[in-house]
Amino acid sequence: MNRRATVLLLGLFGLLVALPFWASPYVVSVATLFLLFAYTGQAWNIMMGFAGLLSLGHALFLGVGAYTAAALYYHFNIGPWLGLWVALALCSSLAAALAGLAFRYRVSGVYFALLTIGCAEFARIGFDHFMWVGGSGGLFLKVVERERMDLLNLRGPPAMFYYVILFLAGAALVLSKLLLRSRAGYYWQAIRESEDAAAALGVNTFRWKMLAVTISGAMTGLAGMFSAFYYSNLFPEQLFHISRSIEIILGPIIGGIGTLFGPIIGAALLTLLADGATELVAAVGWDVPGVKQLLYGIMLFLIVAFLPHGVWPALARKLKLPQ
Amino acid sequence: MPFDLSTLLNVLISGLMTGLVYGLMALGLSVIFGVARVVNFAHGEMMALAMYAAALLFSTIRVNPFIAVVPIGAAFFFFGYALQRLVLRPFIVRPQHSQFLLLLALAVVITSALLIVFGPDARAVNLDWLLEPIILGEVLLDQAKLYAAVVACAVAAALFAFFYFSQTGIAIRACADNLLGAKIIGLNVDRLYAITFAIGASCVGIAGCMMILLVDVTPTSGPAYTLLAFVIVIIGGLGSMSGALVGGVLIGISEALGGLFIAPSAKSMISFALMIMVLIFRPRGLIPEKL
Repeated sequence: MNRRATVLLLGLFGLLVALPFWASPYVVSVATLFLLFAYTGQAWNIMMGFAGLLSLGHALFLGVGAYTAAALYYHFNIGPWLGLWVALALCSSLAAALAGLAFRYRVSGVYFALLTIGCAEFARIGFDHFMWVGGSGGLFLKVVERERMDLLNLRGPPAMFYYVILFLAGAALVLSKLLLRSRAGYYWQAIRESEDAAAALGVNTFRWKMLAVTISGAMTGLAGMFSAFYYSNLFPEQLFHISRSIEIILGPIIGGIGTLFGPIIGAALLTLLADGATELVAAVGWDVPGVKQLLYGIMLFLIVAFLPHGVWPALARKLKLPQ
Repeated sequence: MPFDLSTLLNVLISGLMTGLVYGLMALGLSVIFGVARVVNFAHGEMMALAMYAAALLFSTIRVNPFIAVVPIGAAFFFFGYALQRLVLRPFIVRPQHSQFLLLLALAVVITSALLIVFGPDARAVNLDWLLEPIILGEVLLDQAKLYAAVVACAVAAALFAFFYFSQTGIAIRACADNLLGAKIIGLNVDRLYAITFAIGASCVGIAGCMMILLVDVTPTSGPAYTLLAFVIVIIGGLGSMSGALVGGVLIGISEALGGLFIAPSAKSMISFALMIMVLIFRPRGLIPEKL
């Protein structure tokens, strides 16, 4: 990384740290959403971007992580920082089981992607009927005064959540960078480019692919815990729904799959797009349900059609930054 | 749970008939994947579009869906042809996820356009003369389902005939079998891909006309049909024509039985469980790809 890039990155980070002090609550909530997408996008990127494993069912880990942490808090009053470990353990074993089963039976490509959708949908309908956590009626966490900060129980003002997710997104970036330059990262890239060639050179592809899915699943579970406590209400129809899985993958695909900053840039663009579409619709006064999504769809279409490698590689070239 | 043999038989037959319509929808998806290798993630949205078209034709100019099959099937044929020719063609050589995302964007556009035009309320078509069931001993045949299933079978038979006996159909199968070989002997692959996409879209159009007789449609019905079509096609074998029909029937029956024995809202859980099992133990599907 050259000096220009370091300065730019530190400047951006400083801006984000200072944001709650000068921005309106609305901007902070939009920024929280952006960071959440940046985080989950990076988690997904480890699987697809680094190891070439396409998951279209990441909502599964989001939902399981959210429900585990929330149910422990709701039923047993176990705080999120303790419940977090249970959620992480559950999500990583779920990911390992899914990956183990899939790779043991050589499910790959489109078939693997469809398997992940299948598992997420199975979980969605299962949780719809899982009455211990409220079924399709939802699970609601106690909402306390917004002013009192209770970091231990992850209850407090929006700014607290903002800093938690800012920390998580930053940590994910550091982890991604370390992983990409580690032994695992090089093996993953070899597997992504050609699994047969990697296997022929003696790489234990089964083990490394398992690792990618497990890390990615566990990280996404953590995002689930965060959103459970941030929104304080959980519905299977929202957490496990396929549209959630798609939201997770849009950022990295738009930003640039397999790049470090792609998921972050993509998440920023998406949040701006969604917000811009809302503003535009309000300004024109054509406030019919569906218009916003239509604009969103058209913009997505244009980005995919004209920037197939994502925005970041093109942007990095323009700004003369290392990719 | 109170049930007897005749209830079971009725449920099975009802599931079979619905399953045939599902099968026709999935046939479209399977043909598109088998030949053009495009994973059509907007399939269910196209289905919802066709259902709305049929409902609209019925409510405005009283064309019943059995007749609407012709104009809607034709319109979807041209829509599919244009989509492949103008939009998807450059994407054939790009990575799969990029193709998938493009179709996803299309799906979002269709769903939101439907919401803008028709609003969030459900639409249905109810034909008076179909309400009376046909009684065969202990079996009650729902007329709407019966005729829908007959149409689905007829269209599927026509498709099989096309792919096995017509020059174009055989050429399309050649492309699926060996793309390089097909190019070498001078087949116009781009045109054949577009025709295949058109045929697949036309299947969905016709299936949509039939489906509107069985269930009502909302703008958000699309994604559920996309998933359903994928489940069926995976179970039958992606790219396999007979597999799509068999998978459709299997899912139709399993949904009907799931609704009877467990709960109507949990019926698709069985479908997903079936799909997961097939993916793991028979990843190429029950009847592997052979177009």
